[in-house]
Amino acid sequence: MQLISCPWCGPREEAEYHYGGQAHVAYPHDVGAMSDADWADYLFFRDNPRGPFAERWVHAAGCRRWFNAVRDTGTHEVLAVYRIGEPQPELGTQASR
Amino acid sequence: MTAEHVSPSKLLRPLSPLDGWQAAFDALPNVVAVTEIAFMAQLNLRVDPSGPAAGAVAKVLGSALPTQPCSSTRSGEYQLLWLGPDEWLILAPEGAGPELETALREAIGGEPGAVTDVSAQRTTLALSGCASRELLAKGCSIDLHPKVSPMGTCVQTLVAQTGIIIVARDETASDFLLVVRASFAQYFAAWLIDAGVELTGAC
Amino acid sequence: MTRLTTGGLIDRTTVLSFSFDGRPYAGHPGDTLASALLANGVHRVATSVNRGRPRGIMAAGVEEASALVQLEAPFPEPMLSATTIELYEGLVARGLPGRGKLADRPDPARYDAIHAHCDVLVVGAGPAGLMAALTAARAGSRVVLVDEQPMVGGSLLGTRGELSDWTATVLAELTSTPEVLVLSRTTAFGYYDDGFVLALQKRTDHLGAAAPDNAARQRIWRLRAKQVILATGAHERPVVFADNDRPGVMLAQAGRTYLNRYGVLAGNRILVFTTNDSAYVAAVELAEAGAEVTVVDPRTDLAPFWAAECARVGIAVRPGHMVTGTTGEERVTGVHLAAYPSGGASATVHCDLLLVSGGWNPTVHLFSQARGKLEYDAELGAFLPVAGLPGAGVVGVRVTGAAAGTVSLAGCLAGGAAEAVAALRDLGVAAQPVAPPPVGTDRVERAGLVLWTVPVEISLDGSDLSDTRFVDLQRDATVGDVLRAAGAGLRSVEHVKRYTTIGTAHDQGKTSGLIASGIMADALGVDMAALGTTTYRPPYASVSFAALAGRDRGAIFDPVRVTAIHSWHIEHGAQFEDVGQWKRPLCYPRRTAFGGLEDLPAAVARETRAARTGVAMLDASTLGKINVQGVDAGEFLDRIYTNIISTLKPGFVRYAVMCGMDGMILDDGTVMRVSDTEFVLTTTTGNAAKVLDWLEEFAQTEWPDLRVHLTSVTEQWATIPVVGPLSRQVIAAVAPALDVSNEAFGFMTWRSAEIAGIEARICRISFSGELAYEVNVPSWYGIAVWQAVFDAGQPYGITPYGTETMHVLRAEKGYPIIGQDTDGTVTPQDLGMSWVVSKKKLDFVGKRSFSRAENLRPDRKHLVGLLPVDRSVLLAEGAQVIADPDVSQLPVVMLGHVTSSYRSVALGGTFGLALVRSGRDRIGERLFAWQDGEVVPVMVTGPVLYDEEGARRDG
Ligand SMILES: [Zn+2]
Repeated sequence: MQLISCPWCGPREEAEYHYGGQAHVAYPHDVGAMSDADWADYLFFRDNPRGPFAERWVHAAGCRRWFNAVRDTGTHEVLAVYRIGEPQPELGTQASR
Repeated sequence: MTAEHVSPSKLLRPLSPLDGWQAAFDALPNVVAVTEIAFMAQLNLRVDPSGPAAGAVAKVLGSALPTQPCSSTRSGEYQLLWLGPDEWLILAPEGAGPELETALREAIGGEPGAVTDVSAQRTTLALSGCASRELLAKGCSIDLHPKVSPMGTCVQTLVAQTGIIIVARDETASDFLLVVRASFAQYFAAWLIDAGVELTGAC
Repeated sequence: MTRLTTGGLIDRTTVLSFSFDGRPYAGHPGDTLASALLANGVHRVATSVNRGRPRGIMAAGVEEASALVQLEAPFPEPMLSATTIELYEGLVARGLPGRGKLADRPDPARYDAIHAHCDVLVVGAGPAGLMAALTAARAGSRVVLVDEQPMVGGSLLGTRGELSDWTATVLAELTSTPEVLVLSRTTAFGYYDDGFVLALQKRTDHLGAAAPDNAARQRIWRLRAKQVILATGAHERPVVFADNDRPGVMLAQAGRTYLNRYGVLAGNRILVFTTNDSAYVAAVELAEAGAEVTVVDPRTDLAPFWAAECARVGIAVRPGHMVTGTTGEERVTGVHLAAYPSGGASATVHCDLLLVSGGWNPTVHLFSQARGKLEYDAELGAFLPVAGLPGAGVVGVRVTGAAAGTVSLAGCLAGGAAEAVAALRDLGVAAQPVAPPPVGTDRVERAGLVLWTVPVEISLDGSDLSDTRFVDLQRDATVGDVLRAAGAGLRSVEHVKRYTTIGTAHDQGKTSGLIASGIMADALGVDMAALGTTTYRPPYASVSFAALAGRDRGAIFDPVRVTAIHSWHIEHGAQFEDVGQWKRPLCYPRRTAFGGLEDLPAAVARETRAARTGVAMLDASTLGKINVQGVDAGEFLDRIYTNIISTLKPGFVRYAVMCGMDGMILDDGTVMRVSDTEFVLTTTTGNAAKVLDWLEEFAQTEWPDLRVHLTSVTEQWATIPVVGPLSRQVIAAVAPALDVSNEAFGFMTWRSAEIAGIEARICRISFSGELAYEVNVPSWYGIAVWQAVFDAGQPYGITPYGTETMHVLRAEKGYPIIGQDTDGTVTPQDLGMSWVVSKKKLDFVGKRSFSRAENLRPDRKHLVGLLPVDRSVLLAEGAQVIADPDVSQLPVVMLGHVTSSYRSVALGGTFGLALVRSGRDRIGERLFAWQDGEVVPVMVTGPVLYDEEGARRDG
């Protein structure tokens, strides 16, 4: 049972969290003006790197806050967590709270 | 699980989610004691802790809102539980809900915020006794050791797959408030009682 | 009798009777089943799984690969190792031919789980582990010490009481230190992430039938440690030779343990075959206990100390020799010897016990599970944890003692203390290592010889199927099998493991895995270091499913959610169904005139008739409810829902649909406007948590500028729809102050009113098409108000109804259930609900997707009604809808499937809803449903089959 650190509540078991997919994928500004291809690209395509990956998580069974985490998809290690609105920490730094 | 027989004389009275369960709680070994504190007023409060509404709310509550995550404070008859960076659960005596809700809504005024009466959304259990921590450890992954979770600690977590708020009420981690969703309350009570089967004698 | 009159850690004053293979025996407290059997001269315990060969006891612990038994009393349990069963009065067991048999009755024992947290977790209470735990305890840390044995001491338990006073003192200090927890009979079987270790504690197994009913027989400890120190020791490994599986062939340390710990001399003429110095102490002690001992050692340069000791006690030593085979059937009777390595000068020697030592495998399982790196040590012939190299170790995990390859007792004692100091330093605690007790000089003087199997003709085809050189006794897998794997071209030890099954039995190859790798390396002529080991995976030792399930069984297996009105439903004979975790009344069967109970169709027919022609009531409290507050609440909901919400006035209610970004329906419900800045919306029962998470994600991440707050109020409100043409009279009766007329209280509005003195919110909404009032009260009053409505409805024959009737009523009206009539690929337009999709709003979640080409295809699946031509045939939900009744022509073209199907009183027969390709263009067509091997003709209709003009909603 992995521990994930909520930026508010601190380390909790992973079962308290829900996953929210890739972080920092902004909702497009003028969706009406987007081509079908561009919209499909936003809708269906996400990065799938091996290594550090910025993701959204929600502390569903705790404070109900969404936050971002950088997780190494190869090892599952959570390298950093940061609150919504905070900049993504430099990758490679162990900036977890 | 036992179903409480509903006699007609009770029907105009409110019924708490764990009505009829006290006898089963009382049958637990005396190293733990479980009591439902029914009908407590509960208000969900949302304000920006750094905004002007927080100050106005503090005046109503007689205390500043706790801003330390996973903490709580007492203010007279109120208990202010941190639920999130802009969210609190206010516990107040039975019947105090409507008046407090109005006062808090007035205090917030036009500022961002919300007050929601959730008195019947959850029920509250007082868990005490020297085996309290052991009993909770059978389902709770959070370290409730008094050094880690001192008095006032208020955590939201899962116990027995049930969302629960745990408030540490003393310095020895033997007195807790458990706030549980009403629909889960009977299941959780059954789980607690089963968890207590093995507790015997003294601590 | 082979039991000695003195010595060991058994209590000879108490006799325990037990039975094995139907024969009665006696043993003592402190025995294992294995030691008690040996004490009674029983060597043959089991029969091998494939080849039917007699098998005995080869070890004295968890590494046992052979002596599998089935417990029969007090409760059947299969596949247990005789070496790990503590003897108890009344034990009944029998030897297994490889496979056991599960009990055919429920296990009455309790099992549970518990969480514990500590600064330092020490696994293993041998010399290293005790030193580590004591060092950490004296530093004031929270310490958990786990050990699989009933008493601490680890390897010391197999000695002549070495350091026994010290271990007793240490245990006493540890158990009396606050914040120190010593768990015996507890096997740490898995290392998971972030210092999380699972351990199985056998709490009452050793009590047999005397185990108290209320105590969990076994407990899973969920240990969360900041630092983990693995002092897990080492397992002796054998050397492989022909017929090495006979009863009476045993690991050398096991022979010593049976002597010293259990007072059992397992043989009188003992041959010790060892490649290293560690077995000499066993030989000497057994000789001193009265056995005639011969040592066979392939090495020629023997340690002077051991040569002298052997001479002193009369042990004949045969250096430069090896064991090439054995004789005997039920028990070994002799050994074939030959010169090493030539194989010349062979001879046969009689013996009744053959002890073997091929060296030691450090128990690195947990370290490896923690992703610690292992490195081959050619001198020890073993894989050792790599320590001290950057990136090689695991943060917070240390290995010490024999598990780290330390051979000497003094080294283990010092190492344990040092690792504890290091672990505490990482926690910011300065600690001193405790002083080790004085120990004698270590007597390992000469390097061992790494020998996996005695030399044999290496042939890659492994054609000899009668091979008796067993590598994995439990799997009956031999040297020949390994060679066959190599001959088949396999080069990875992982592949060899699967090909030969070596290491896949209950013992997980503790004694065989490395040997298989060694034989493979020799056969291929590759370096052992390059070949590596198979992956160590949890569990380290067998764990029963009952223990893993713990208390998550029976009534508390999964949360059961009930509404505030649940007890009334029980009292009134409701039949329940599970809707997610909720218990909901399915129907309320009544007694029939003949004394029986109505069946479901009869109850539903009665309940639907009441709703359509009189008045009926439902407990809809399970609907998810979310309070939405803030000045931007309307704007927020405009962005979430497909239709406009901000124009809704306080006092009004609107049906609304929310979609995903892809335009597919996510959920639906009603939105009630309480004030300019407050709404209450409902979700489907199963989606409440998901929808709240979804809304919170947008509120917190996409539109944090919107001033809106969301709070779940699902259980705050009990929700009671009162439904039917006579519902107005009932509501008028319970809420006398409320003007219930259609003019004053119109459809899709809500009012505050007192019902039986309780403040309620009443909504004119309908999920049945009938005149209906949905009563919402704080759930404390749910049952009181339910009863009040029920009482007031008596003159009108009010009928409580369940979910099945609710479904019939809504399906007759073509109202879809999200998640039943939709499946995540369905748009509002597909459901024929374009009206719920705003054309005016600039944007909302999912809007852009509606103009994707795929979502504009004319042949999308539409929701339609289906009327079977034979109105007595009930369509099967999920049945495929096809156009051509000739299903012999493959492939059959599927047009869609039946999503809902019911019998209807109002419609005079069965009907269904279905998603059908181009369905709206097929209305009036005859199609077919394929079910139970038959084609059922159906007519396609619009989805609304009852009161299409909506005349009934206002009564
Ligand atoms: Zn949190």
